Amino acid sequence: MPRITFIEHDETIHEITAEDGATVMEVALDNSIPGIDADCGGQCACATCHVFINDDWASKIPAREEAEETMLELAEGVTEFSRLACQIEINDALDGLQVRLPAAQH
Amino acid sequence: MTDATTAMNPDDLNPDPYAIPLDQIRMNQSRLFQNNMHGEYFRRLRKEDPVHYCADSDVGPFWSITKFDDIVKIDSNHKQFSSEPAISIGNPSADFTTPMFIAMDPPKHDVQRKAANPGVAPARLADLEGLIRERAGKILDGLPIGEEFNWVDRVSIELTTQMLATLFDFPFEDRHLLTQWSDVTTNVDMFVSEEKIQERRASLRECLAYFTRLWHERANEPPKFDFISLLAHNPDTKDMINNPMELLGNLILLIVGGNDTTRNSISAGIVGLNQNPKEYDKLMADPTLIPNMVSEIIRWQTPLAYMRRTAKEDVEFQGKQIKKGDKVVMWYVSGNRDETKIENADELLIDRARARQHMSFGFGIHRCMGNRVGEMQVRIVWEEILKRFERVEMVSEPVRVNSSFVMGYSEVMVRIIPKDKK
Repeated sequence: MPRITFIEHDETIHEITAEDGATVMEVALDNSIPGIDADCGGQCACATCHVFINDDWASKIPAREEAEETMLELAEGVTEFSRLACQIEINDALDGLQVRLPAAQH
Repeated sequence: MTDATTAMNPDDLNPDPYAIPLDQIRMNQSRLFQNNMHGEYFRRLRKEDPVHYCADSDVGPFWSITKFDDIVKIDSNHKQFSSEPAISIGNPSADFTTPMFIAMDPPKHDVQRKAANPGVAPARLADLEGLIRERAGKILDGLPIGEEFNWVDRVSIELTTQMLATLFDFPFEDRHLLTQWSDVTTNVDMFVSEEKIQERRASLRECLAYFTRLWHERANEPPKFDFISLLAHNPDTKDMINNPMELLGNLILLIVGGNDTTRNSISAGIVGLNQNPKEYDKLMADPTLIPNMVSEIIRWQTPLAYMRRTAKEDVEFQGKQIKKGDKVVMWYVSGNRDETKIENADELLIDRARARQHMSFGFGIHRCMGNRVGEMQVRIVWEEILKRFERVEMVSEPVRVNSSFVMGYSEVMVRIIPKDKK
């Protein structure tokens, strides 16, 4: 099962073993990772699971679709590394994935 | 937010939704909400006809979307469901139209929303927390002990009006004007006669005149984070001053959005905890529940009952044929009670799991922009209440406002019991 590392804004690290097929948002919620709210429950409709995925991993994840792009417009501090965690499905290729969390969700 | 909802004789209301044929249910009757009868009506609709067509009402036909997941689908689909020309069931009057970004589609919506957004963004909130706490403390310390008073006036309105004045950097001594403008905007009684309608417009013109003066001052000062400075200095919105009705529309949006909703959530906490004394006990035993409780109160209350969309094309939705131009009303107040989505949805449970997953802020591109500042105010007021009072006791039934849009209270009579005197 893939290992995922969540890094909070203050550099606190959480290493989690994730289930294949779950989304990064679900893994964060199930493991009470602070900093991800996921108010819409994973329907790409609220932008409160905003995370940053660095370059090394970005290529292993399908690119943002239009709905994600649109909702990211609502998030705070968006960069080229910004993703919505509910749109990232976990599989074995993501073993070792590093997910950085913003200071706050908006 | 620019038009009337039906006011009907309360004697005509039947508390039993099954006494009326399904096709004659009209959910835009404000008295249903004022008398707290709407819940049973929505329960019937969710069960028997979750995408319901009302063929005739005083504001014409409209669809009611009543289930949680259906509402998320429509709310996230701004391509087929427009927010123009209005997000309330009635259309704006042709001779008094106030465009505002909540009732606009992209790209114009995006530009205006983004210009105002830094006024309530996370960084700004961190700066405001201490100020809100100080003010909440001062308001609570000034409350009378041992006598009955209206919590709505003394606490809910006072705290949210002070906050709103700060978000606009509005002259503090004139802040009651903000409450007044907010109230004339949404109060159904302001639509009952031509005289009242003119009175309402006159009041809103005063609002525009006041803010026009502020705008010119701010435009000539260095940029700051209040809404007026943000709009006046942003290249995308600095010309809004030349379109007075659009400026007024956006002012109304920011005033009502930042006022009524938080005000009624603060009042709702008192109502909800008094109606559920076990929950009040839970809170007293474990104040760390406050943040979760805040979300639960906002779900339970659903400060704005609905948002309306208009179909941009024919759409088949859950087996129903929605036609181009049809009004589609997403009843958040019903989705938040959807028993197939939320367990024990009618109950206020302050330790509810995943309490944040409610729909009071809406979803999609029009999702509430000030949700964090609202949550923060409700959280801080409860943190400060718990420092001071053993109980805020509601002493009579609350009085609800006459609206199918704003779910609020005009009167919540209470008596407070301080911590050391129990």
